[in-house]
Amino acid sequence: MKDLFGKFSKTALRNTTPILFVLLFVIFGIIAPRFLTVKNLEIIVSNASYIGIIAVGMTFVLLTGGIDLSVGAVMYVSAVVMGLAVNQAGLPVVVGLVACLAVGLVFGIVNALLITRFHVVPFIATLITLTAGRGVGLLLTKSKAVDFGDEITLMATMRVGGLIQLNIFIFALVVLIAALYLGWTGAGRRLYAVGNDPEAAKKAGLKTDLITASTYLISGLCAALGGFVTIAQLGRVNAGFGQGDEFDAIAAAVLGGASLFGGVGSIFPGTVLGTIMIQMIQAGLVFANLDLYIQPVVMAAIIFFAVFLDSFRSTQLEKLERRNIMKLTEQ
Amino acid sequence: MEPQIEFEMRNVHKTFFGVKALTGVSLVLKSGSVLGLIGQNGAGKSTLMNIMGGVHSPEQGEMFLAGKPFRPKRPRDAVEAGIGFIHQELNLFTNLSVDENIFIDGFPRLARTPFIDRKRIREKTKELLDRLDLDVSPRAIVESLSPGERQLVEIAKVLATDASIIIFDEPTTSLTARETERLFSVITKLKERGAAVVYISHILGDVVNLADDIAVLRDGALVATGPVADFPVPKMITAMIGRDFHSIFPERHAKPGDKEAFRVENLSQPGIVGDISLAVRKGEILGVFGLMGSGRTELARMVFGLDEFESGSVFVDSAPLPKHDLASSISAGLGFVTENRREEGLLMPLSISENIGLVSLPDFCKGMLRLVDRKAMYGKSAIAADELKVKAGSYERQSAKSLSGGNQQKVVIAKWMMARPKVLIMDEPTRGIDVAAKFEVYTIMNELAAKGTGVLFISSEIEELMGIADRIIVMSRGELVGSFGREEFDQERIMKAAFRQEEEVEEAV
Repeated sequence: MKDLFGKFSKTALRNTTPILFVLLFVIFGIIAPRFLTVKNLEIIVSNASYIGIIAVGMTFVLLTGGIDLSVGAVMYVSAVVMGLAVNQAGLPVVVGLVACLAVGLVFGIVNALLITRFHVVPFIATLITLTAGRGVGLLLTKSKAVDFGDEITLMATMRVGGLIQLNIFIFALVVLIAALYLGWTGAGRRLYAVGNDPEAAKKAGLKTDLITASTYLISGLCAALGGFVTIAQLGRVNAGFGQGDEFDAIAAAVLGGASLFGGVGSIFPGTVLGTIMIQMIQAGLVFANLDLYIQPVVMAAIIFFAVFLDSFRSTQLEKLERRNIMKLTEQ
Repeated sequence: MEPQIEFEMRNVHKTFFGVKALTGVSLVLKSGSVLGLIGQNGAGKSTLMNIMGGVHSPEQGEMFLAGKPFRPKRPRDAVEAGIGFIHQELNLFTNLSVDENIFIDGFPRLARTPFIDRKRIREKTKELLDRLDLDVSPRAIVESLSPGERQLVEIAKVLATDASIIIFDEPTTSLTARETERLFSVITKLKERGAAVVYISHILGDVVNLADDIAVLRDGALVATGPVADFPVPKMITAMIGRDFHSIFPERHAKPGDKEAFRVENLSQPGIVGDISLAVRKGEILGVFGLMGSGRTELARMVFGLDEFESGSVFVDSAPLPKHDLASSISAGLGFVTENRREEGLLMPLSISENIGLVSLPDFCKGMLRLVDRKAMYGKSAIAADELKVKAGSYERQSAKSLSGGNQQKVVIAKWMMARPKVLIMDEPTRGIDVAAKFEVYTIMNELAAKGTGVLFISSEIEELMGIADRIIVMSRGELVGSFGREEFDQERIMKAAFRQEEEVEEAV
């Protein structure tokens, strides 16, 4: 009996995030039955998709024990560049999208160089590119908003195969590629190795610098893609575009079980669940008719609770798994 | 099969910053044979291995692999040439599975895809694990394995490279007796399959059992080689330290006092230890013997205030200690030399002086602002380091990391001696250090006791406890199961107590 309970609590502790997810889902459903409609759930996932894409990139970086604060700014610059390319230079949307992604990649390369070549700690390196990115964006636009034409905003209403919203589709595609990469390719598994023990990775002959660098490129690319998805939805890029999104992305990844110390985390279910959960809480609080000004506080409380559960879980798991010396005597 | 010469090293020299690390070493490794390489810490064993492994290149001398000149430029060259290393510290990724660890630097792929051929690595790993009689799933995450199982996984990793030369560097430090036995049978099997094995260890008994030949390094030179039959243990020791070695243990002159230094009463923590009571007198060395997993270390950690316990009390100088409060334990006069000096005992990147001054740092805080008086701290640290004969170029500049195991241990001890403890708990203080350094550690313990310090000496080497302790208590599965005064010391009786005798049969299975 006691063993069964131990087994149960172990499984429960290992899966705190999914359990919390389901719990919140049910609670919001009870408070506001309208919350559980297919339409509403689609809106939640749709709204989560751009943060989700960025959070996927962030997960890569976190897995190596790094952090990327520049993603919000990268989102902004790449969206601006796309806007200018399409609106002012009159280039086709596809070229604009390529330019947008290229900007993300360039920022990723700068981050990677600062971190692996110049040995700047990731926090500071990406803080530099955050500031630089915002600056470049403001410089290009003179802080004016950039508006997009129908050819882009109509994309938001497109449905792939007549069924799935484009942004959800892109999100799903990114998740699929990332999950395959991390779980099924040598490069992905080595990324976990580097995050677990960089010294040992070096000794094992892994190209740790290259592996670390790759994550910032991926993160930059994801940020640019997130920017693209957002402009298709909003149709406009103003000076505050993407601001603070880096923290939502980090929160989503951490909520999904990624460790800031590296080596631990997953795209699916991890980060995907974390992202959707944040969005779900936001939507749920609206549905619950909670005072607008209290919502962020409740949001913070729930995130705190999730992260607290996580640290509680690790200490409890440790206790459960500690060798029980005396028990051996009884057996 | 006539043993072939697999590897040869001729007249190899290596100097680091003007210090000679190796001088004219010539060595031969034969297939299907085990070479026991012994020497004190700092004798040049690591340098020798690093040269074979392509980490360093020699200034002078040549190496031949299967008759052809061998000049590795990088570690990878050595691995590709078929030289495998099993290091003292494990290089496994604890968040990955066993099979992933084995193939981390070259996953086989599914045809025409970038994806790992999971089935193939699982099967190959299973094969390797079977060869080692290791019954764990290839998909098991390394974190869930015991230190011994991890060590065997490390060996599987080397086997996967089809190495013809395998070098074991102190592989048994983290293994239980049974795991050690298993390792030895693996080494024997490797030998039978024709591998040339180098076995480096401080446990000379193991070397005698395993090796066919012995090579002794001292001060960077090969001072003796020959078949194992020509090397009884005393001769090995003499060759290693370069002088006659009468006794492994220093003589004890001082007698323990009558006053009590330290007492534990009815200490219990469910599942870990039950109803432990013990007392150490001033100037007494109390030995604690127990097998791995008997709760020795757990007990020490609780007593010291690192871990919580449910009931019971601890007294220093008859004054009770508050529970689970490290700062008051230290100020009351407790010290704790942990079993794991690398991770728990030292701040590796910091200098020797800073490590030594750490515990007594508050004593060096001066003035209103409580600023650290570095000069005074360095001065006192240097005195402590001198007293324990820590061998280093500069106490203030050299990091703890750069020291040999024995010297690192001396730094840990010096750190506690600076704090003038009334009671010093020493958990496996001689693990992984060489014979001469062991002798020095024993001498330090003796001197501490002579000054009236109570010493709680935890060890799994029964000989050293019998050689140095005034009394030995035996722990088994979280309980005290025996106490022996010096006159009652008897290896067999103590071992029987540790195995709880009646369960001996079960234990042997």
